[in-house]
Amino acid sequence: MSLLELKGVTLSFAGSKVLDGVDFSVPAGHIVSLIGPNGAGKTSLFNCITGFYKPQQGSIQLAGTEMLKLKPHQVTQLGIARTFQNVRLFREMTVLENVMSGQHSRTRAGVIDAILRLPSQRREEAEIRQVAEECLSFVGIIEGWEREATTLPYGWQRRVEIARALATKPRLLLLDEPAAGLTSGEKEELIDLIRRIRNERDVCILLIEHDTGLVMRLSERISVLDHGVMIAEGTPKEIQSNQRVIEAYLGVEEDALDL
Amino acid sequence: MAQFPERPSAWGGLATLLDTPQKRYAAIAVILVAMAVAPYVFGSYGTVILTNALLYVLLALGLNIVVGYAGLLDLGFAAFFAVGAYTVGITTLHFGLNFWLALPLAILLAIIAGIVIGAPTLRLRSDYLAIVTLGFGEIVRITARNLRETGGASGLIGIDSPWLFGWHIRTPLDFYYVFCVLAILGVIASVRLANSRLGRAWLYVRHDEDAAEAMGINRVKVKLAAYIVGAIYGSIGGAFFAANLGAISPESFSFRQSVLILMAVILGGMGKIPGVILGAFIVILAPELLRDFGDLRLLIFAVGLLLIMLFRPSGIWPARSKSR
Repeated sequence: MSLLELKGVTLSFAGSKVLDGVDFSVPAGHIVSLIGPNGAGKTSLFNCITGFYKPQQGSIQLAGTEMLKLKPHQVTQLGIARTFQNVRLFREMTVLENVMSGQHSRTRAGVIDAILRLPSQRREEAEIRQVAEECLSFVGIIEGWEREATTLPYGWQRRVEIARALATKPRLLLLDEPAAGLTSGEKEELIDLIRRIRNERDVCILLIEHDTGLVMRLSERISVLDHGVMIAEGTPKEIQSNQRVIEAYLGVEEDALDL
Repeated sequence: MAQFPERPSAWGGLATLLDTPQKRYAAIAVILVAMAVAPYVFGSYGTVILTNALLYVLLALGLNIVVGYAGLLDLGFAAFFAVGAYTVGITTLHFGLNFWLALPLAILLAIIAGIVIGAPTLRLRSDYLAIVTLGFGEIVRITARNLRETGGASGLIGIDSPWLFGWHIRTPLDFYYVFCVLAILGVIASVRLANSRLGRAWLYVRHDEDAAEAMGINRVKVKLAAYIVGAIYGSIGGAFFAANLGAISPESFSFRQSVLILMAVILGGMGKIPGVILGAFIVILAPELLRDFGDLRLLIFAVGLLLIMLFRPSGIWPARSKSR
């Protein structure tokens, strides 16, 4: 059974089609990669799934619930969390506060609860903190929680962003180029972390990534997007030997010969 | 972790300066004693000025939640101040309502006004809010100027001063202490909000709307909450302002008033409570202290403001203590 199901998703900006009838699914419990050349529409597809872009046509369902009309915060509430291509932590806020943001949609204290410091509000604050601390520990950040998040080394910021996404208690985690800018040592840790997220937290993973080595090692399914069209779908082995994928990456063979 | 920069909190650098409970209690005690004896030190005229400064502390704290916490530029804050003042004025004068019944009504009307103005505009980019609030401020003032119920250009006079458990709050000194209590409550509410789920959400939305939404935060709802809390502060200030003076007129709620409150927030340092308090005192006290300069005092005040903004664009109050 698939957790995420996209059917005929079409998105255009000012007449040019960015996504053209994309059919795509993420089977429950899998680590799936979305690859494709630059400008293929991968991040646009992410933005459609998370509610930031509104596709003109198609259907996007999470476990059977239609999400096409939902706003980003409603998508998150439904159980999809994401990270961004360029790390987007909240400036001037601590690591812990950044991760605590993930719990916002799972909690409810309002103005009056905060001003009166009601027992329920204090209990909730403690819970938010506890979840954030657990998520930070899970991604391997066990100190420096009171530091301003944007002053951390880059590799750490990436992990804080993952912790922040995990704090929303997602069913599906979307990672947009999580390995970009990481050292090879950090990439090994990332592979291990992504596997642990799936195995220990029972969270499905969908990632966009350019590092082919990492994609081949980590993914159980791979989908290939080119010029807004889904051109292939399969296991890493199948994708590696798929003629259309090779063409998309290296150019059509005749063109190559002409050179 | 002392070598790493800490996040600037609502307290500015104060949290690091007053790092033990003893120091904190000592500071609070000093402030309370200073507030209690101030009228006897500064005389009756000084007390009136200080009362006005405390009113501005309350208003600036409210606007600080909108501008400083949530990052929304509100150019018509005096409108909520007017809603509070006129609600109390009209209901007590025309309908003989008790002040303590008029007060919740004033708050309710401010909330409704906040929703009416905020709900449609907060969906748009924040520039639009500045324009709409500017217009709202003028609409409220001009309406007050032209309605019979609001007394037209001459306003309302003879608003009763309230009783509280047998205490007739009537003299300037009485009102000074009432505004002391209001300012203290305003600070407590601001601090508690800053350190809450909602307070953090305001900062998330201010720093990065997209990331905040991706974390499941309803940006419109959160901004509306800030706008309404600001409106409540404004209307409470207005209600007590009306009770204090016993008379209100539309010119108390002009665009100049909104700018003055905004200036208090920006001058001291947006989002930092001690800074906002300092800003409110400067805005009220500086023109008084410069009285000896006669006609030049507004010029000197203006140049002073320009210099402050030039050299300390993020406000007078330091974001974090530099000594560590």
